[in-house]
Amino acid sequence: MTFVAKPTARHPSLKINEIGLTRRDYEGSVSTLCAGCGHDSVSAAIVSACAELGLPPHKFLKISGIGCSSKTPNYFLGHSHGFNSVHGRMPSVATGASLANKELYCLGISGDGDSASIGFGQFAHIVRRRINMLYIVDNNGTYGLTKGQFSATNDLGSTSKRGVPNLYEPIDLVSMAMQIGATFVARSFSGDKRQLVGLIKAGLMHRGFSFIDVISPCVAFNNHNGSTKSFAHMRNMQREVVSADYVAPQVEMQIDYAAGETEDVTMPDGAHLRLRKLHSDYDPHDRLHAINYLGERGREGEVVTGLLYVKSDTENTHDILNLVDTPLNSLDEEDLCPGLDALESINQSFR
Amino acid sequence: MKPTNIHNPDYFHKVVDCQWACPAHTPVPEYIRLIAAERYTEAYMLNWDSNVFPGILGRTCDRPCEPACRRVRTEEKPVAICRLKRVAADYKGDITDYLPPVPKKKNGFRVALLGCGPASLAVARDLLPLGYEVHMFEKDPAGGGMMRTQIPAFRLPADVLEEEVDLILDMGVECHFGHEITSMKEMLDMGFDAYFVGTGAPRGRDLDIPGRAESDAHISIGIDWLSSVAFGHTTSIQGKVIVMGGGNTAMDCCRTSKRLGAESVHVVVRSGFDVMKASEWEKEEAMLEGIPIINNRPPREFVHEGGKLKGIWFTCIEQVPDENGRLKSVPTGEPDVFMEADHVLMAIGQENHCPWIERDLGIEFDKWDCPVLDEITFQSTNAKVFFGGDSAFGPENIIWASAHAHQAAISIHLMCQGKDLKKDRPPRGVNLISQKMGVHEWSYDSEHDPAKRVFVPHSKLDKTLSNIKVEVELGFDARLGAHEAQRCLNCDIQTVFTEKLCIECDACVDICPMDCISFVENGEEAELRTRLMAPAENLEQDLYVSEALPTTRVMVKDEDLCLHCGLCAERCPTNAWDMQKSVFHLPQLGSYAE
Ligand SMILES: Cc1cc2nc3c(=O)[nH]c(=O)nc-3n(C[C@H](O)[C@H](O)[C@H](O)COP(=O)(O)OP(=O)(O)OC[C@H]3O[C@@H](n4cnc5c(N)ncnc54)[C@H](O)[C@@H]3O)c2cc1C
Ligand SMILES: Cc1ncc(C[n+]2csc(CCOP(=O)(O)OP(=O)(O)O)c2C)c(N)n1
Ligand code: SF4
Ligand code: SF4
Ligand code: SF4
Ligand SMILES: [Mg+2]
Repeated sequence: MTFVAKPTARHPSLKINEIGLTRRDYEGSVSTLCAGCGHDSVSAAIVSACAELGLPPHKFLKISGIGCSSKTPNYFLGHSHGFNSVHGRMPSVATGASLANKELYCLGISGDGDSASIGFGQFAHIVRRRINMLYIVDNNGTYGLTKGQFSATNDLGSTSKRGVPNLYEPIDLVSMAMQIGATFVARSFSGDKRQLVGLIKAGLMHRGFSFIDVISPCVAFNNHNGSTKSFAHMRNMQREVVSADYVAPQVEMQIDYAAGETEDVTMPDGAHLRLRKLHSDYDPHDRLHAINYLGERGREGEVVTGLLYVKSDTENTHDILNLVDTPLNSLDEEDLCPGLDALESINQSFR
Repeated sequence: MKPTNIHNPDYFHKVVDCQWACPAHTPVPEYIRLIAAERYTEAYMLNWDSNVFPGILGRTCDRPCEPACRRVRTEEKPVAICRLKRVAADYKGDITDYLPPVPKKKNGFRVALLGCGPASLAVARDLLPLGYEVHMFEKDPAGGGMMRTQIPAFRLPADVLEEEVDLILDMGVECHFGHEITSMKEMLDMGFDAYFVGTGAPRGRDLDIPGRAESDAHISIGIDWLSSVAFGHTTSIQGKVIVMGGGNTAMDCCRTSKRLGAESVHVVVRSGFDVMKASEWEKEEAMLEGIPIINNRPPREFVHEGGKLKGIWFTCIEQVPDENGRLKSVPTGEPDVFMEADHVLMAIGQENHCPWIERDLGIEFDKWDCPVLDEITFQSTNAKVFFGGDSAFGPENIIWASAHAHQAAISIHLMCQGKDLKKDRPPRGVNLISQKMGVHEWSYDSEHDPAKRVFVPHSKLDKTLSNIKVEVELGFDARLGAHEAQRCLNCDIQTVFTEKLCIECDACVDICPMDCISFVENGEEAELRTRLMAPAENLEQDLYVSEALPTTRVMVKDEDLCLHCGLCAERCPTNAWDMQKSVFHLPQLGSYAE
């Protein structure tokens, strides 16, 4: 843990974004995680993504559960709203918060223990409900905060630091999310910022439920030979299939690209998602194909990364529930208690 | 790019911007840390060792270190390096025990030092501890050279000067004061083993324009006038004074005139304000004392009447850049300007002038009347004769005189031992010492202090203007000094990278507040500089490049804006980064640090 505050001095040529802020303005307090933790790189990627998008920090809502990963919202976006909830219960709180104020960018941070073990049920249901948010799992294959027990995403046969093999099949959160309704599903690696920052930007701007499973090595308990969530393993076995970036509405669509290589997907706000296919026979719009592909490559020990599935013309909770346009927290008393006459007419409709 | 060789002594030395820029390579951050620790005596001795005159320089140095200070690039104003040196001098304790012992039994070699300015004094200091018999010949009745005769007491009090001059003379110099050298041949005939010429650049330039000769009684050469003030021969100046020239001598002349009773004082400069030779702070001080500086006015003629000076005609020019960007003077077409004057001080430069060195002694001179010297050894074309200070390459300053002296002393020593002045010259070296004391514990105060530069308190203007002996600057007290010391970034505590430990986790990249560190594919320097976390645009500052890492990338660190905050090392899980103090071994005789 570092005790020294990060100096406020900054590089004089740091970019200033549309709202007059630099990347440094999107930082939080200095991390108290172990030096070298992958989670800190994910935080740094979030900082870069938000700065590049030029979004106002106070329009963010950061919600997390419990774990080292869930501590990280403290280390980015210092000037935004946040809620550090209960172990495995981030989805419930995020659901409530997103319903209450749909104008906030809702960013959920969780861990593999938080989402695939204690919170697995909650995870499944927030995906089904398609809350309009970006849900990131810092996946290190271990319970970092409680000192290194195997988590449910750990691969069968991979070993603990002391050499003991894991006896159970892993839960693949990515396949799970695709199966039950997520409309933006990606996997990335904390050590690959180029890929990760693009995905976070795209995921934040996607309207609907976005999920990114970030393999994020735990330097203290799961970065040894025998681990499949280590820096070395990821560097050897990572296979990127589609990279993504968010392209603002005012930027022109790309038309003359080499066939099959680049594709611009238009988003509801007029912006587009620029996809770059790195693998010719991968189709990020075909859910079943994607799930199969992941399974096949997984059998070979490869870790497929990039934007794995995207569907842009979708509904999220607000549409499904047919909610009013006004954020619910801004409705006044008159709207919420329309009076006896209104009650009477509602009752009437049930008779 | 090739991997950086950090064991090349110059690599990390360049990172310590101030020390690199200091002609004598004073270990600035080390002495600033000692000041912060209230260890003033050690801070003083560290300075004394490399620059010889810390108390004097802490008040008068030209401070080439300050514009070079990293803080100018990371924030705005440099650390007040020079004034911190003065803190060490003002608050030091008894230094007797720290002084190098001078052997009673001499080593049999006799060295003559010509002139008793800072250059000769520093040579004496370096040679005495080695047992040399050192003789000093000086025309004035006291030592110090221009530090005594030129720098006015309101900038450098006599006791400060005398303390540091006497310290050296008392080490056992055979002084021959009041001895004007009129023939170098005579000196050579005295049979010394080596000669060091430290007689300075003693001739002030004059101006040959109409009326000059006729007004002679009312025109003084600046440096001659200042020295006559220093020795008490001149105690006042009457009427309207015009100082001509834009250098530090002009500033000292005008401020001295103001104190000696001039009715009015004006500085008139041929060129523009920004290109004046005087240091920024000297100009500021003069203006604060109410002395107008008038620029772009070349003099045309002196006006006199019956042997009495009436004033000067000036033409009006402006300076515009020519096609090569060099400034040239162009008349503005405005009518010439007349300024009344009763006395003129001419401060338009100094020259080397050694008419007493016969030209048939094997000592060659170039067309500017400077001796032909080897730039490393300071040896002249007569093997026994060395030059240093202003007499070597023309007028410089005190710190350059010290720097020359160290090199000349090494050369004299090598020559007396029958060694080769170049091949046997001791090399530079560097030691790197880890500053890690424990987990997140460093032996230095790594935290960055964003404070602004502390102002040096001044005496009241009415007091200083009425008495030439009252020092203008009061200096930092211990508390202000401690504040200012905190601003130093400890540039000698280096970030040292060990490839084989790095797991390429990016933690250092993420934490670095200045975006210094990148992991990228290697390339040619110019192109690589554009591909880093932040573009590395300052070409004066090096890139630190590692061997290739397992991913084939290399670590590239731009040294330019590093705060030496140590966060990279704190966040590195494997200690691939370590903060190590670079200690430079810069050869010097009788060094207290060695
Ligand atoms: C007005 C003025 C202000 C200055 N202010 C500063 C300042 O603030 N900071 C700074 O760093 N530098 C300053 N300088 C420059 C600095 O004083 C000189 O660069 C420095 O003193 C040079 O040292 P030196 O030992 O080479 O020669 P000098 O200091 O010039 O000493 C030479 C000595 O040799 C003696 N000598 C000369 N000829 C003979 C002879 N024939 N026989 C016997 N003795 C002889 C002289 O009397 C003198 O004592 C200033 C210079 C001037 C003119
Ligand atoms: C209800 C409850 N059960 C158990 C715990 C103990 N606990 C704290 S963190 C954690 C696991 C966190 O694992 P993960 O989400 O993967 O986070 P990581 O630390 O690995 O980032 C557990 C079991 C708890 N805090 N609360
Ligand atoms: S910050 Fe300190 S060490 Fe660095 S250049 Fe300035 S004075 Fe020297
Ligand atoms: S010491 Fe390390 S973290 Fe601090 S500025 Fe320098 S490179 Fe960056
Ligand atoms: S923090 Fe250390 S291990 Fe990680 S990339 Fe930097 S130097 Fe390498
Ligand atoms: Mg975990």
